[in-house]
Amino acid sequence: MVLEIDNLKVSFFNSNGEVQAVRGVTFGVNEGEILGIVGESGSGKSVTSMSILRLLAESAKLKEGSIKFEGKELTTLTKKEMQSIRGKDISMIFQDPMSSLNPLHTIGNQVAEMIAVHNTNLSKKEVKQRVLQLFEKIRIPEPEKRYNMYPHQFSGGMRQRIMIAIALANAPRLLIADEPTTALDVTIQDQILKLLRDLQKDSNTSIVFITHDLGVVAELCHRVVVLYGGLVMEEGLVDDIFENPKHPYTLGLMASMPEVNQDKSIRLQSIKGSPPDMTNPPLGCPFAPRCNYARKMCAAELPPYVEVGNKHRSMCWLLTQGAPSEHNPFK
Amino acid sequence: MDDTVLEVKNLTKHFKVGKNALVHAVDDVSFIIKKGKTLGLVGESGCGKSSCARTIIRIYEPDRGTIILNGKDITNTSQKELKPIRKQMQMIFQDPYASLNARMTVRDIIAEPLVAHNIATSKSQIDELVFPVLELVGLSKEHANRYAHEFSGGQRQRIGIARALILRPQFVICDEPISALDVSIQAQVVNLLREYQEKEGLCYLFIAHDLSMVRYVSDDVGVMYLGKLVEMCESNEIYKNPLHPYTKGLLSSVPIANPKLAREKETIAIGGDIPSPINPPLGCRFHTRCSHATKKCSEAQPEMKEVSSGHYVSCHLY
Repeated sequence: MVLEIDNLKVSFFNSNGEVQAVRGVTFGVNEGEILGIVGESGSGKSVTSMSILRLLAESAKLKEGSIKFEGKELTTLTKKEMQSIRGKDISMIFQDPMSSLNPLHTIGNQVAEMIAVHNTNLSKKEVKQRVLQLFEKIRIPEPEKRYNMYPHQFSGGMRQRIMIAIALANAPRLLIADEPTTALDVTIQDQILKLLRDLQKDSNTSIVFITHDLGVVAELCHRVVVLYGGLVMEEGLVDDIFENPKHPYTLGLMASMPEVNQDKSIRLQSIKGSPPDMTNPPLGCPFAPRCNYARKMCAAELPPYVEVGNKHRSMCWLLTQGAPSEHNPFK
Repeated sequence: MDDTVLEVKNLTKHFKVGKNALVHAVDDVSFIIKKGKTLGLVGESGCGKSSCARTIIRIYEPDRGTIILNGKDITNTSQKELKPIRKQMQMIFQDPYASLNARMTVRDIIAEPLVAHNIATSKSQIDELVFPVLELVGLSKEHANRYAHEFSGGQRQRIGIARALILRPQFVICDEPISALDVSIQAQVVNLLREYQEKEGLCYLFIAHDLSMVRYVSDDVGVMYLGKLVEMCESNEIYKNPLHPYTKGLLSSVPIANPKLAREKETIAIGGDIPSPINPPLGCRFHTRCSHATKKCSEAQPEMKEVSSGHYVSCHLY
């Protein structure tokens, strides 16, 4: 395991009280694996990834839990120790490539900074050489010329490539990508996904890919974690999750997207209602208020995880022993 | 031709930038939308789909071409004469956060078209019209006195839809109405739009970059590239039998939410980025990224041809 997150709980404190963004998340990332984290806004997916790198806002507090990277506990590291890991062993790609780049510095210098910070022994010339190699690796045409250009001279897709270059500058062992293609057109998204897939194959980097797009997950990821209301609802290998989903929320997500050959006369099945308010999260299963199969039990108490197959677990009362079989999609 | 609601012929809109440069936002676009039907417009950002919609509704003034709504040419009508016609065409915007005034109550937001068109003025008249629309979009009259910030993204989009529908328009432009919403909410909004269409028989121009959703909601689909319509036909046909190399590439880059199919699918990657619309490539605008491009493609602009019944494509291969 490259990364092990155990019972992570993170809350934000504001004038309305405590927002419980992450309420006990546990999962791991294997070496060379692409793990997809799926969830809608407010599910806690970005907060989880930000906690790994300890990039949370000041109003956030890590209440409980442990995050281990290659066996080393990250939550207790000093700022300085954390800095030596960030951008070197673990790095991150953000959603918006425009606001993540500094408009006043050339592209080349921004990538060079990342290399120079972690490799103080290199000369300026050597650093530049490395940047140019990196540009070639991620297929930026005319690297020499691009080196001295500014972010505004690049398209969205090119900027995201630069962000990837910065993230890969020190050959990290874990890459966290937080919705890196959401702001891009499908054609450019396709190019970026190919790039990530190739990088993972060539250098065996582990990738945590955060997205709300199930299509992207199906194309890229080996394993999937489905988050909702600050909790892992379901976790499993990508084929199992798509072919044999074992949580009503996952089922709902799949049904709300039109299939490639969807009969147009059939209505899409939407998930009714909206996600829970995390200042006052539901007592029981967070999905219960929107779930078609919810019973009394579901609102009263949080369900346990049930192992439903090889590396496949789901948090749902309907899967437990003794759950009634009528109106139960899993029995 | 009786049931044609909107006809757009050779619509062209260029924007001036700087001294001599022109952005070719919309170039020679033609289509018709019939009563109760939906035309989907797809393409990458910057291809001109939003500009096209805004020119039709005369937020932008067209440079060339004609716009005919219900048999009436509205291309050159003055803004004053246009005002009553505007009742028949409304718009739903992409961003449910930016398109609702934060200082107005939901009632006032939805009632604004009524006030602007002098349809209802007294509070009771307004309530009488606003409440049913609120219910129609799945909200209740208790919501009327609240402000936009009290609602979630999906609910806000419903408010935007209520505002567009209150005048009972015949033609509604939906400019990426679901792109800003979560997957679980998108289906709610799409179903709402379809139910209302079945009931009222209005027509939509549905702009989106989510191709699978576009196929699902549209009767016909038009694919735009750099201001030009490159292919147009019935929506199932375009997915089953895409002809233009750009349409093929665009479709193959859509991720499939099925891991097995995703692994097997053959990819026709479109390399590079969309060129600048300021000096679009000569000849076929797609030839700089097209793997089938020949010398002819960089010299002559292909004409729109009907290759099979109702299937139009603009490409030298056909």
